[in-house]
Amino acid sequence: MEVKINVNGRVITDSVDADMLLLDFLRKHGCYSVKCGCETTNCGLCTVFMDDIPVLSCSVLTVRANGHKIVTLEGLQDEAKEFIGFIADQGAEQCGFCNPGFIVNTIALLRENPNPTDDEIRAYLVGNLCRCSGYNGQLRGIRAFLDYRDSRKE
Amino acid sequence: MLTIKNYVRAQSLDEAYELNQKKTACIMGGMMWLRMTGRTIMTMIDLCDLGLNKIDETETEFSIGAMVTLRQLETHPGLNAYTNNCVKKAVQDIVGVQFRNGATVGGSIYGRFGFSDVVTVFQAMDTYVELHKGGIIPLAQFAKMKYDSDVLVRIIVKKQPLAISYQAMRIQRTDFPVLACAVSKVDGEYRAAIGARPGVAVVVKDTEGILTGGITPETAEKFAVAVAAAVKTDSNSRGSAQYRTHLAKVLTQRGTMEIGGQL
Ligand SMILES: Cc1cc2nc3c(=O)[nH]c(=O)nc-3n(C[C@H](O)[C@H](O)[C@H](O)COP(=O)(O)OP(=O)(O)OC[C@H]3O[C@@H](n4cnc5c(N)ncnc54)[C@H](O)[C@@H]3O)c2cc1C
Ligand code: FES
Ligand code: FES
Repeated sequence: MEVKINVNGRVITDSVDADMLLLDFLRKHGCYSVKCGCETTNCGLCTVFMDDIPVLSCSVLTVRANGHKIVTLEGLQDEAKEFIGFIADQGAEQCGFCNPGFIVNTIALLRENPNPTDDEIRAYLVGNLCRCSGYNGQLRGIRAFLDYRDSRKE
Repeated sequence: MLTIKNYVRAQSLDEAYELNQKKTACIMGGMMWLRMTGRTIMTMIDLCDLGLNKIDETETEFSIGAMVTLRQLETHPGLNAYTNNCVKKAVQDIVGVQFRNGATVGGSIYGRFGFSDVVTVFQAMDTYVELHKGGIIPLAQFAKMKYDSDVLVRIIVKKQPLAISYQAMRIQRTDFPVLACAVSKVDGEYRAAIGARPGVAVVVKDTEGILTGGITPETAEKFAVAVAAAVKTDSNSRGSAQYRTHLAKVLTQRGTMEIGGQL
């Protein structure tokens, strides 16, 4: 089937099988940040924006995404740059495999709720699994970023 | 791996229904569940062009399209004001935000999954399911029906006077519930919906009138004992039948006290 999908601002036209997952389509077109981390729709590693809503690209058919706008971590570099350093400063991550899904969903959180409490951060990111850390480093990193951002506003 | 030969965006409910009469066809909601089944599907029918992704609220009811996501339920102000945030409470621990942006009400209700928080919370209200051919039937009836090839169009919640509480016991925050419990007073009638027994949620009504004279710690306990006795539980990897029956009693008692405070 023919599809036309806007990926990170560029319109991609392609012919795809009915069962091609959006995740595989995005990788085929060079978005290697998007990865499959589970078989159970559970890990959050494949998170991308579809029409500005964070979704699991492992569970979206490419044909359903036809005509829609997709943004992956590759298209979010500026927004990501603002806070990834703070997470790195906490030494939060070890292998880093979970990082792309985690960053995309953190961006989604901060767009929806620019001033989250710790509980709101936990609730929003609970669907992003990390098998190395205990999540506290990431939480401290986000908190440090928010504190820094607010201190600059004053 | 899910194998799909053809994909059709249905342009009408009639078209979706016709296509779905073949055994090898399948309607797609959010596909979160379907993805895991590894089935081979000749025709995948997508309802995404039919405008079923909206919640309409009127003076008398909520009409919730089959393609509304769990996240839309969670964040809908009217629905959560009406249910004392119980809809939000019921869905907020289902996997994660991105998952709930995909999973649909249609797939959740049609699936009639035993573990379903969604089926449990809506059974505690005056809820109906609209099927394309089968018409509008009470959710309690739909929950007991066999799987067939009808199309679930929307669910309808009548705005009866409502007091409601929702609790689920989970081993870990985003896991399936060990037991789900919604207690309510709907249009003057007390009931408890118990899900994840682990079978699909069932409703127990206060037919004996235990709570008619008012909710006190004593009547709440008596009602909870009656509910726990009426609900059949089983064992699985998440808990034993005995533990579930115990939970049914404790959660019903707490839920009853909670709605007592709302009355
Ligand atoms: C890992 C995981 C964890 C979960 N945890 C929980 C939990 O803790 N609590 C909970 O309540 N739920 C849980 N669920 C279930 C989830 O919330 C959804 O109910 C489920 O994914 C089905 O919704 P869907 O939109 O993905 O449907 P799909 O997977 O697309 O469809 C499910 C079934 O419904 C049929 N269908 C879909 N829409 C219609 C329609 N309009 N008319 C007729 N048939 C239709 C499909 O053909 C299919 O048979 C979990 C699911 C997964 C995968
Ligand atoms: S790959 Fe794990 S949720 Fe998509
Ligand atoms: S750092 Fe290894 S999975 Fe998160």
